[in-house]
Parts: sequence; structure tokens; C-alpha cells
Amino acid sequence: MSISICNISKQFGDFVALKDVSLEVPSGSLLALLGPSGSGKTTLLRIIAGLEQADAGHIKVQDEDVSQLSARDREVGFVFQHYALFKHMSVFENIAFGMRVRHLKDAEVRPRVNELLHLVRLEGLGNRYPSELSGGQRQRVALARALAVKPRLLLLDEPFGALDAKVRQELRTWLRNLHEEMHVTTVFVTHDQEEAFEVADRVVVMKQGHIEQAGTPQDVFDHPATPFVMDFLGHVNVFHGRLEAGQMHLPGFAMEYPEYQNPVSRDATAYVRPHEVELDRTPQLETSLPVRVVHVNPAGPVTRVRLVSDAFGAAINVDLSPGRYRELALRPGDQVFATPKRLRVFLPDDYVI
Amino acid sequence: MHPSSLRTKKTAGRFVADEPLWLRILLITAVYLIIGLLILVPMAYVFWQAMAEGWEGLVKNLWQDHDTWHSMWLTMTIAPLTVVLNTIFGLAAAWTITKFKFPGRTLLVTLLDVPFAISPVVVGLMLVLLFGMQGFLGPTLREWGIKVIFAWPGLLLATMFVTLPFVARELIPLMESLGDEEETAAVSLGANPWQLFWRITLPNIKWGLVYGMIQCHARAIGEFGAVYVVSGHIAGETDTMPLRVEKLFQEYNNPGSFAVASVLTLMALATLFGKYILEQYIARQMATDSVE
Repeated sequence: MSISICNISKQFGDFVALKDVSLEVPSGSLLALLGPSGSGKTTLLRIIAGLEQADAGHIKVQDEDVSQLSARDREVGFVFQHYALFKHMSVFENIAFGMRVRHLKDAEVRPRVNELLHLVRLEGLGNRYPSELSGGQRQRVALARALAVKPRLLLLDEPFGALDAKVRQELRTWLRNLHEEMHVTTVFVTHDQEEAFEVADRVVVMKQGHIEQAGTPQDVFDHPATPFVMDFLGHVNVFHGRLEAGQMHLPGFAMEYPEYQNPVSRDATAYVRPHEVELDRTPQLETSLPVRVVHVNPAGPVTRVRLVSDAFGAAINVDLSPGRYRELALRPGDQVFATPKRLRVFLPDDYVI
Repeated sequence: MHPSSLRTKKTAGRFVADEPLWLRILLITAVYLIIGLLILVPMAYVFWQAMAEGWEGLVKNLWQDHDTWHSMWLTMTIAPLTVVLNTIFGLAAAWTITKFKFPGRTLLVTLLDVPFAISPVVVGLMLVLLFGMQGFLGPTLREWGIKVIFAWPGLLLATMFVTLPFVARELIPLMESLGDEEETAAVSLGANPWQLFWRITLPNIKWGLVYGMIQCHARAIGEFGAVYVVSGHIAGETDTMPLRVEKLFQEYNNPGSFAVASVLTLMALATLFGKYILEQYIARQMATDSVE
């Protein structure tokens, strides 16, 4: 089932949670709403579920306007950040709840619950109570419970936020696989960009109640539409300089930027990802920036190097592959040359919303 | 256990240990003496007096005195009825206050405490002024054939007024601490309000509810002041047990008075025991919950 979100606005007192948000969620997709806290992502999710009423705009599920339907009638599976399992019911009864309130016969309920217990790999735990389960198990029960009534949509609010890193990783992969099996249109909210990119096939970045950018993970990562998206999707080096006739002039060095051929010089901000800067003992180009190594952190899959340009006072972070790091044998205090390989320039106009 | 609570305990322990032995003995003895003198001795005396004429006397005083018998029947009808009505009210009030935001909500919470703050005699007087023959509503109700003052509806109203806050007071903080996550989940799974209440809300609040009901019942049984004013003391008609105790005592019928008093005391002790069992049970529940 596809979802059309049309011009949704929502205000809590003076706080504008969403302003005129529109979005299409294609049928069968797995979409991540990504943003910092206060960006309105959870509010949007709750409005889709009918747990919150929008002040303006409407929601359509497969051409049917559901805006006026209550949460009860929307046939939406909702998974809460803190599971919200029914403490006084066994795992079995938790999963069966949606069917019980619809007065399904026990003969129908039983096989369906067992099937779901199998799906979420909790066979044999049906008689346990939520307090006897680990966090990861609880979240899987919550998911099974949401899926039990065959929802048209599956909505997850920071589903892995309360779990530790290892379980989170496992559940991400599992959710991805589950979605490939079930193909139910799924929207989940997260503030973790890694999680969004790993699980979703569409990512929507939100900021202060509006959508900054929507697209495939690759799209959004490679072509961030705004400085905010660039900044939010991982570490970045920021340089303020001037743009003129295909060149970006930065303190101490310059770079080609053929997208801007206007001879009129103007202020601009350039963003460079740490893994898109090369370091050398000798300058690669005459415009390479001489820098001094301040700190090296070789722990982890990439070696993180912090450098500073003494002439201009600018700090730069660079990520090196372990191989390259061994080749260079960097130590704090070494003088090297930095050459950005790729930069994204945002003109001040882009700031205007 | 939380480290800070351990530390508090330790500090408190050392504080006591630092006191000289004689002071500790003095303090402990004083506490026992006061409790003994103020609570245990009078309570024992009630039973002693009730038994002054032996078992036969006790049975005769309770069984064969029609008016006493009626007073027991009246109390044991009014009290449970009060509990039922105040439970319904308490649930409705707690639900309204915790689930909805509306103007005057805080005022309503404060108003809930009024019955605890006002003297029961004043409550009785208010009811008489409102429902009595010279009162505001009395004559109209009389025309319809409804008698409130000097009749059981008055007793019920007075008892309800005095015990009104117990259930609601117990439930409001409980329901606030539970939050609405489980209920929201139930709604999104398709539960209607009726199913929501019986399958989710009630199981979650049942022990708090029972606790509030026990407290309400205990107070309802013993209520004297408000009931005293509205009852009119018609023996065999509007005398409840506490009123009967007082009346027999005024008539110098000590064995009769103490016989009823001993039944009242036993009922109070039974309630206390029920409360104790429930507290133990809740403490155990909390312990298993916090293991999570």
C-alpha cells in the first residue's frame, strides 16, 4: 500500500512540529525518516498512524483518504520505542491481542501466533512474560504483535533506540530481511544515519518540521541537497571562501569547481568529507595545503587524523585507510600536505529556506 | 539497590549505633509504652468489656437485640454500597484527570481533597441544609416521595461524601506513572474503549484499586460525625453501628455497647489484615518488576 502525505502541518502550542510536509511513500518500500530530535519525524509517524491529529493536510493510503479515521480503524501496525508490551499478558497473548479484540476464533488465533513466533524466532517463549525477556526479544514481540493483524502499513518509532549496539546491529539486518519477505510498506523513524542508510531503501532527512531531502540512500549521501544534510550525514570539514570563474578560493589553497563559471566573485562555503582528503609527504598540486599532524587515532576500521594549518589556523579531519596510514607513518608534529579530492559548495542562497 | 540508598541506610545505622545504650532503651520503651497505652490496652478493653457477661451475654447482646441487629445490617449494607459507588466515581475521576487535559483540571484535583479537609459534622450539616425539610431541595424531593434526611439515602450520601477521595486519590498517581504507552498500543491494535478499559487499564491498576477500596470500606464502616447529623437516631431504622455504640453507651448499657464496638473493632482489624496482605503482595510484585 502506498502512502501519500499531503501538506501536513502540526503545532503543539507555540512549537511548530510540522509545516506543510508532503511526501510519497511507494508501495512496498522501506523508508526511513531521519533527523535530529525536534525535527518532527516522530510526529509525522504518529500522524500517519492516527495517534496524532494533523492541524492541516491529509493522509492517503492507496488513494483512500484516512485522515478522518481513528487509529483503531487505520489498520496500521505500530512499534513503539519502548516496546509498550502488555506487562500482564504472556508473549502469546500480547501477539494475539489484535486478533482477540476482533473476536477471532481461537482456532484462527493459535496458528497465526505460532507462525509469528516462528517469524520473530521466539518459538517456545510464548508462555513467558515481557519482564522475562531481553530488550531485543521484547522488540521482536512488539513487531510480531504489530504484524499479527496483517496491517496495511508498518510504522516503527526509533525501534532500536533503546538497545545496545550489538543487538541493534542484528535487528537491523533482521528487519531488512523481514521486509524482503513480507513486502509491507514500512516507515521507521531514526536519528541514526547509519541505521537509516543500512536498513532503508528510501531516506527522508527532516529538520525543524520540514523535509530537507528525500531519496535513495546513495542519492542523499552522494548529493546532499543542503549544508544541513551534508553535516548531518557524518563528519565534514567546513571551509569558508570565495567562488569565482570555476575556482573555489580557500585560505591557503584553491580548488576547481567547474559548476560555477560566473566571473563575479561571491562568498561560499565548501564541505569536504574526511575520507575525501588525501595526505602526502610532498605536495601533489601547487595548491595543496601545508598542514601539521596534531593527533592520530588508528583504532577502528579507518585511521582518524586531526591536522591544523599553522598559516591559516584551520583544523581539518582526515580519515585514512590503515594501509595508507602505515605507508605515511604519521606522527603528531609531522608536516604534510592535504589535497581535497572532492568538495561540495553551497552558496549562501541555499541557506534561504 | 541504588548506591545512594545504601549509603543513607549505612549512615542511619551508624547514627543509631552512636547513641548511648540507655537512650536507645529509653526511646524503644517509650514507643512501646505509648502504642500499648493508646492502642493495645483500649482495644483489649473493648473485647474485655464485650465479654463481661461471657459468650452468652455477647451473643444475646448482638443477636437478640433487634435494634443492634438492624444497625449491623445497615452498616454492612451502606458500607459496601458506598464502596461500589465511590469505586465507579473514583475510576471515572481518575480516568478524566489523567487522560484528558481540560481547563480547571488542577482545581478538580484540589477539590477532590475537600472531603478529607472538612469536618464530618459540617458535611452532615450541609446535607441537612440541602435535603432537610426546611432545606433547599428537601420539600421538592418530599413531594416526589423521596426522603433523604433521617433515612438511608442520607446515610449513604454522608458516607459517600466522607469517603469520596480514597479510590481516586489512589488511582490518579498510579495511572499517571503508568503513562499511556500500553493504551496507545492497544488502540493501534484495534481495541475499542471498552476493551481498552477491561483488558489493559484495569489489569494494570487492579491492586491500587483494591487498596483504595479497602481504605474506603474501612472509613465507611467507622463513619460517625456526618452520619450522626443526618440519621435522626431512629433505632431500628437509621442507626448505623457507630451510632448504635454511642446510643447504648448513653443508655448505660455497657455490655451491649461494647459488644457492638467489639464487632466494629474486629471488622477494622480484618480490613487492616487485608491491607497488610495486599501490601506484601504489591511489594513482591514491585520486586519482580524491578528485576527487569
